[in-house]
Amino acid sequence: MEVSRHWRLNEQRYALIGETCDSCGTKLFPPRDVCLECEAPAKELYTFTGVGEIYSYTTVYEAPAGFAEYAPYTVALVKLEEGPVVTAQLTDVAKADLHIGMKVEMVTRKLRTDGSEGMIIYGYKFRPQLEMA
Amino acid sequence: MTNVSIIGLGQTDVKEHWQTSLRHLAWYAIEAALDNAHINKVDGIFVANMLAGPLSGQQHLGALIADFSGLRGVEAVTVEAADASGGAALRQAVMAVQSGLMETALVVGVEKMTDLVGSPVTSALALALDADYETVHGMTPAAVGALLMRRYMYEYGVQVADFAGFSVNAHANGAVNPLAMFRNKLRADRFASAPLVADPVTLFDAAPTGDGAAAVIVTNYERAQDMVPQPIRIAGSAIATDTLAIHDRKEMLWLAAAQKSAARAMAAAGVSHDDIDVLELHDAFTVLAALSLEAIGFAERGEGWKLARDGEIGRNGRIPISTFGGLKARGNPGGATGVYQIVEVARQLRGEAGDNQVSGATIGMAQCLGSAGATAVTHVLSK
Repeated sequence: MEVSRHWRLNEQRYALIGETCDSCGTKLFPPRDVCLECEAPAKELYTFTGVGEIYSYTTVYEAPAGFAEYAPYTVALVKLEEGPVVTAQLTDVAKADLHIGMKVEMVTRKLRTDGSEGMIIYGYKFRPQLEMA
Repeated sequence: MTNVSIIGLGQTDVKEHWQTSLRHLAWYAIEAALDNAHINKVDGIFVANMLAGPLSGQQHLGALIADFSGLRGVEAVTVEAADASGGAALRQAVMAVQSGLMETALVVGVEKMTDLVGSPVTSALALALDADYETVHGMTPAAVGALLMRRYMYEYGVQVADFAGFSVNAHANGAVNPLAMFRNKLRADRFASAPLVADPVTLFDAAPTGDGAAAVIVTNYERAQDMVPQPIRIAGSAIATDTLAIHDRKEMLWLAAAQKSAARAMAAAGVSHDDIDVLELHDAFTVLAALSLEAIGFAERGEGWKLARDGEIGRNGRIPISTFGGLKARGNPGGATGVYQIVEVARQLRGEAGDNQVSGATIGMAQCLGSAGATAVTHVLSK
């Protein structure tokens, strides 16, 4: 069982909580406690809006264990509007519509299941940004 | 310039060695290297390996391989830096000999990829990525290569077919290397239409994993002169690191660690780009070959692919690469790959490369990468 190693990341997986650098204000996701830009401490929590755009994407045909049942699936680098780039799967999108620069937003989805009796791991994926009514 | 020279080389063929265990593969390469150096003992062993734990259920390879090779008692440890393990292990041996703590050190890279097949192997390879922020989303090394390739194509306006020259060159060289995993030639017009691994990376773009072992024995420069007819000097040696995950890189299409380690190794060796006659680089995916050529300084940013298009990477070109097939055709035995590169460059400099010989090669470079350049190890060798 891997409960603790997933549970300790629930703020990141479910709410996209990262950090802000105390010194230069750079927003960090994933959180890393030391700023990527200036190496100053970065421990203030920051909740990202979850809005961004596709920086690059790929459809995976040869999947690792735990993902074979979902293959082919699409993984992207999403550049969040606050700056950081995150790796995540895309969902609710037709492959023909995919393009670099596509506006996307975070949603919570099942990432994978550890067999029939194991954990179900949830986390962020991204979908095309819905139009505001 | 380091005070370290290579006195022995050994390698097995790279393939699916169904009948041969991890320990036997390592021993075959060690036996060949000891014979080649005309010695029967060493002061220490640095084992390069990436996946014996997850694939063979075997770790503690230092003791295992020292024991199995009849070298019980010597200092022996495993060095792991994903598929840069081989270069990283040699770096440890260089430091050991340079410092004087060891007189003679053995580096053996060994990887047994075929003890499992299918998705468990893909999972094992993905251990080199960020488990919490990449792998949990279904990322694989091929997917990382694909993300970089698509962005490269977008930013620099190139097509999938523009990368074909790297694989065509690798297979042309692999075709005449009896130890290569793939000895078939590849047609450029078939490259883009091969089956997809991770769009746009195809089967003809991604290097195949295979079983294999390679070994290198080093000692100090003065001693080497008296031991073998053609000692090969390790002129420069450097490791650099970058962010583990590509998503944390400010310039995603720039292999910063590859640049740093190459610049440090070249400065230590006192060589410039024009001096380098042969280059083994980390062509696990064609985009990594292009990015490596740019980072090392053989091409401007966004133009590495042009060297392949223009035939400059062939054995008679400006900068021959993958001269025995590279990762793409010789095969990619994970942690052993970096040691294969050293064996191949040393054979080029000795003039022992047979049909793969780059004529008149006197200075060569080998660079291996851990995943997409999170670790980069560069060695410059000279006659």
